[in-house]
Amino acid sequence: MRVGIIGVGMTAFRPSTPEYSWKELMFEAASRAYADAGVDPRTEVDSFVTCAEDYYEGFGIFDEFTPDQLGGALRPVCTVTGDGLQGLANAFMQIQTGLIDIAVVEAHSKASDILTLEGIIEHGLDPIWNKPLGGHPFLIAGLEADAFVRKTRTSVKAFAAVVAKNRTNALRNPLAAYAAKVDAEQVLSSAERFAPLRALDIAAPADGGVVLVLASEAAARRRHANPVWIRGIGWASDSPTLETRDWTQAAYAQLAAEMAYRLAKVRRPATEIDFAEVDDRFSYKELQHLEAVGLAKKGEAGRTVLKGGYDPGGALPVNVAGGSLGCGNVFEATGLHRAAEVALQLRGDAGSHQIDGVRVGVAQSWRYIPSATGAVAVLGVGQ
Amino acid sequence: MTQRITKWPGVELSAADLNEGKVTQTRFRPNAKYAWSAGEAMSRFLAELQNGRLIARTCRSCKRILFPPRMFCEVCFRPTDEWTYIQDTGTIETFSISYLDTDAKRIPDPILVGVVSLDGASPKMGMMHYFGDMTKDEIRIGMRVKAVWKPWEERRGSVLDIRHFGPLRKDAK
Ligand SMILES: [Zn+2]
Repeated sequence: MRVGIIGVGMTAFRPSTPEYSWKELMFEAASRAYADAGVDPRTEVDSFVTCAEDYYEGFGIFDEFTPDQLGGALRPVCTVTGDGLQGLANAFMQIQTGLIDIAVVEAHSKASDILTLEGIIEHGLDPIWNKPLGGHPFLIAGLEADAFVRKTRTSVKAFAAVVAKNRTNALRNPLAAYAAKVDAEQVLSSAERFAPLRALDIAAPADGGVVLVLASEAAARRRHANPVWIRGIGWASDSPTLETRDWTQAAYAQLAAEMAYRLAKVRRPATEIDFAEVDDRFSYKELQHLEAVGLAKKGEAGRTVLKGGYDPGGALPVNVAGGSLGCGNVFEATGLHRAAEVALQLRGDAGSHQIDGVRVGVAQSWRYIPSATGAVAVLGVGQ
Repeated sequence: MTQRITKWPGVELSAADLNEGKVTQTRFRPNAKYAWSAGEAMSRFLAELQNGRLIARTCRSCKRILFPPRMFCEVCFRPTDEWTYIQDTGTIETFSISYLDTDAKRIPDPILVGVVSLDGASPKMGMMHYFGDMTKDEIRIGMRVKAVWKPWEERRGSVLDIRHFGPLRKDAK
């Protein structure tokens, strides 16, 4: 049974949203998605999936607080403690059971409510092995970026090129929080943070909400919807232990991609995929992820970005909407935002950052520091 | 059955053993601080509490008066319509008598806690709060109550601006 995306709703991504509670933020994203899909959540949606981590929200059992603002009161609702693409996979499988015709997936960030963001991220570290060291949690990104540079002989100029591309791409995305004409020189001269990473290599946090409406093929037909098909989806986790990881590559992304490609019957991703939205919350991550999901040969992504190969007009447009560097880090909503952007591109509804003639796109997510977990979705239109 | 066991196997640990470092342990206090944006509905609600008033939102579609106020109706899934004040009097829907505090210590004078349906709001809408000026033998479901507000200078824009709900006397306004 095929499953398609029939509705997309997003709020703007902003550095902070003091005028909205997180509930009001979710209500806006949901209202937009239901209007886009033309569905009434109170009578036509069979299941609601939210994606949230209690420590980002600041209170326990967050899933209990989600139904009202999604239209899910007195209906089947569950929360995936993970990235939005993991929630998308959950909803995809719910529809595959045949029990659910229409499902909704929600993810959001209200990072501006967190006063001690580094403290929350640090709290994800192993309490016996790593926490006693007391280092800044972003050091983990520095360690990985360094290993990536050495293994693939990628220049830090390629990291700067990723930042410049994505911040500039965001200028064409009215929803982006950090759109700016940033050039590589500015990145390379920004303050040192966690070598080889500098200040501008790190995506800044943002608030925002994303909601997708999914339908079975039969339900989509009945509604005369024109869905973006979820052709394949996969997810994987590497060992959480920092001391036994392969620091040079994103094994979780590679395994998630293999699972998604198997389902989607994609055999040569580099030729069959038209564009990609991948996690770039640290600049090197975009390159590392492109290599992991088979869209670049090992060691080639850095050279390709320097030649403009991932620009909107390049051979493989990557993060055309601005990525997290341009839109802001929306935490558990990051992957769902990527899927939403891929869906809008495939529908031809991406507005001023639309790329022409795309039929198949990939959305890839990572569960941020300190995780080695990620997911991949292959989306497509037509038969 | 456990009463008949005089000696348990193993080594008993006391709080002193932990404090004196006789047990290998690791401690971490997360730096987890938050400041939630109250948003449109709750900001007005809290500001009105400071004024000694309770405010609700109306939904024209289901004709309910929603309290606490929210900008969307969870039944109709649509934006709510207007602000409206409700009364600070109501009826006890349910209550419990708490003999233990949050640390599970016995409370000499048990705390009365419950949910009040407020006059002017739709049925089953109101506040969870403490009850006062009544004994545990007097409290009952269906009892009429009224908010006892803190003096203006002590109010902070919090549900604790109401000290508790006390009995609604016939002669009270
Ligand atoms: Zn209503």
